[in-house]
Amino acid sequence: MVQEISGWGRVIRVAAEERVSEDLALITRDAVLTRGLGRSYGDASLPPASGLVVANSRLANRLLAFDASTGELTVEAGVSLHDINRVFLPRGWASPVSPGTQFVTVGGMVAADVHGKNHHREGSFGRHVRWLRLRLASGQIAECTPDEEAGLFWATVGGMGLTGHILEVRFAMERIPSPWIWQEVRQIASLETMLTQLREEGVRWPFTVAWVDLLARGSLFGRSVLICGRWADVSEARHPFRPVTRRRRVPVDVPEFVLNPALMRLYNAGHHRTCRGSRGVVHPETFFYPLDTLADWNRMYGKRGFIQYQCVIPASQPVSKVLEFFDLVRSLPLPVYLCVFKDFGAPGDGLISFPAPGFTVAMDLPNRPPHTQVAVDRLNEFVLSVGGRVYLAKDAHTRPEHFRAMEPRLAAFNEARRRWDPEGRLRSALSVRLMGDRP
Amino acid sequence: MKAVLFGATRGMGRSIARILAQRGERIHLLGIGPEDLERSARDLEVLGAPSPVEWTEIDLLDASGFAPALDAADQALGGFDTVVMTAALFGRQEDLEDDTERAARLLTANFTNTVLFCEEVRRRLLARGGGRLCVFSSVAGDRGRKPVILYGATKGGLSRYLEGLDHKFHAQGLRVLCVKPGFVKTGMTAGLRPPPFAGEPDDVARRVVRALDRGKALIYVPPPWRYMMLIIRHLPRFVMRRIGF
Ligand SMILES: Cc1cc2nc3c(=O)[nH]c(=O)nc-3n(C[C@H](O)[C@H](O)[C@H](O)COP(=O)(O)OP(=O)(O)OC[C@H]3O[C@@H](n4cnc5c(N)ncnc54)[C@H](O)[C@@H]3O)c2cc1C
Ligand SMILES: NC(=O)c1ccc[n+]([C@@H]2O[C@H](COP(=O)([O-])OP(=O)(O)OC[C@H]3O[C@@H](n4cnc5c(N)ncnc54)[C@H](OP(=O)(O)O)[C@@H]3O)[C@@H](O)[C@H]2O)c1
Repeated sequence: MVQEISGWGRVIRVAAEERVSEDLALITRDAVLTRGLGRSYGDASLPPASGLVVANSRLANRLLAFDASTGELTVEAGVSLHDINRVFLPRGWASPVSPGTQFVTVGGMVAADVHGKNHHREGSFGRHVRWLRLRLASGQIAECTPDEEAGLFWATVGGMGLTGHILEVRFAMERIPSPWIWQEVRQIASLETMLTQLREEGVRWPFTVAWVDLLARGSLFGRSVLICGRWADVSEARHPFRPVTRRRRVPVDVPEFVLNPALMRLYNAGHHRTCRGSRGVVHPETFFYPLDTLADWNRMYGKRGFIQYQCVIPASQPVSKVLEFFDLVRSLPLPVYLCVFKDFGAPGDGLISFPAPGFTVAMDLPNRPPHTQVAVDRLNEFVLSVGGRVYLAKDAHTRPEHFRAMEPRLAAFNEARRRWDPEGRLRSALSVRLMGDRP
Repeated sequence: MKAVLFGATRGMGRSIARILAQRGERIHLLGIGPEDLERSARDLEVLGAPSPVEWTEIDLLDASGFAPALDAADQALGGFDTVVMTAALFGRQEDLEDDTERAARLLTANFTNTVLFCEEVRRRLLARGGGRLCVFSSVAGDRGRKPVILYGATKGGLSRYLEGLDHKFHAQGLRVLCVKPGFVKTGMTAGLRPPPFAGEPDDVARRVVRALDRGKALIYVPPPWRYMMLIIRHLPRFVMRRIGF
């Protein structure tokens, strides 16, 4: 059945034949792409044109093996991080990397080589992956590890589903002292202080992130909340540990006038105030996935959806350059409702992984054509000028010429793809837009 | 709980098995496809079911295998006290109307053989003083509806059978739970457009397990379907003739 599907931002929609089954190996046979829970924002999880088949992995959700001596967990690609957390946090194990939502599949975590609040220490998810089982474009099933078929392995990590359909994944879980998080929160008045403190606190804390208020006016613009955390010790842990079960839903597309800058300004101000210097033990779901408490929150942005723009500004740039970025944001024709800042450590090992040492910034903006394209273009021109790049899992509007200029690694990536897929069968709306694939 | 699950390699059965496994219940799987059964067994072990989780092959289309399979399960578990039956075939009316063979297969699997399987279970449970039998019927059995006449008929018959079992054997300790799902997003319905109130298998499974624990006899899942079916059961014939639902 042909149905309209879209990414999390709901800006780009494609009528596609989406197949879903527990038997992922079966449905990937004639699919051009596999997608998971559709939490990438733009067009990465969408087929290039209607009529093409895309496989959905979400029912392929079995845990195949867990070795408690090494912490290695083998799963089918459609297992969600949510399921993993449910089962393993109470047992003292955690995923080594957690993105800002737990409603992602392990396949999606590999394909986007996702990063978390601990990137400055643990790198991205791919670093912890030990083994992959794929269906290649030829229909063949292949296995690869960082040592065997390493070329295929590192093209697939961060490869946005373009090298093969990931069927199974083995990765190393992390031993944790308790499922709780010790968190310290502090308000910071200026962007400059936020940047230096984010770096400094990274030395002491495994988890760091800053929420920046870009709607506040005047001297309040850029006030931030710095959040640092670590796994709580057994002595600090609260008992008993229970997963969060109640989630509120957004039943309909909220009309666009509701979510407006004035309201968001109030919300941000309130948020800023409640975050006034606190420390203590918090639930890991509140710490890692604050947005998950509201299911389908993307519908808050109304029918036209929204975009998330995420880029990295290399560590080689002086702080003044980062501040310039905010001047640019201030002059955009669109309001930035949410903005999250994080420092990156070592680059991702994937051929085309996003993370690179420096600061990464992720911002939510409502989709208001034609301003959306203008905003993204201007941000991209800045990112280009500082030698940064954008995150494909979030992208929907980057122009191909901008992308090519940002990505000297593209040629090598395409070469690796051609090796495993000479006819260019595997492709997505994103790869057609940015990588020169045929529609 | 020592549970036998028939059809738990996929769909709502899989979700129920995973919840029971996380509670540490003992599980035995019945189904077709050794490789699939093996993978599901490993999954349940990782989730927390006591190892080893064993399985026995059984084909819903071959009733002669039911008794030996249940004996094997009984032996492996040291006497089961719970059976959950989710295996079934689905077919839209338009796909079955001109395909007698397929229609016959569906009618046999969903009604005759499901009932025969339940009879085998009933005898065994009653012999040990009772137990739980949970069987998946469908809202499709609540009213004769154009898109699912044959499938709905099997489920209607099955619901009546389960109701009768409950009436007769409740006093002897048999707890029969008839589950009537509305539309649930599983592989079975993957080709169909989800209506409002479509459910997720994990959510449905949670409700079914709760009903099982409480010894309920009938449950509609997701809950709004109970009220939708109340209305549909009372629609006059001239309306049912006109609408496509
Ligand atoms: C609220 C929110 C917060 C987020 N925070 C972060 C964050 O902090 N850090 C971060 O890195 N990301 C973050 N993300 C992005 C998200 O982690 C990635 O987009 C992730 O890939 C989504 O996983 P998914 O299962 O939904 O995949 P989809 O969105 O369905 O697919 C994403 C990509 O992976 C590919 N893919 C998925 N499954 C397979 C498979 N089995 N085989 C081959 N290719 C596959 C798809 O083709 C597509 O290219 C966030 C997203 C949201 C909505
Ligand atoms: N999904 C819905 O919307 C819905 C609505 C109303 C009622 N129901 C009922 O709810 C129950 C579960 O549905 P579901 O959607 O979870 O189904 P499903 O995902 O299709 O799972 C059905 C299970 O039955 C097994 N099975 C099928 N034929 C078999 C056979 N001949 N022998 C042995 N096992 C067989 C399947 O195993 P294999 O895959 O290995 O064959 C699978 O494990 C069914 O009784 C269905 O009629 C479902």
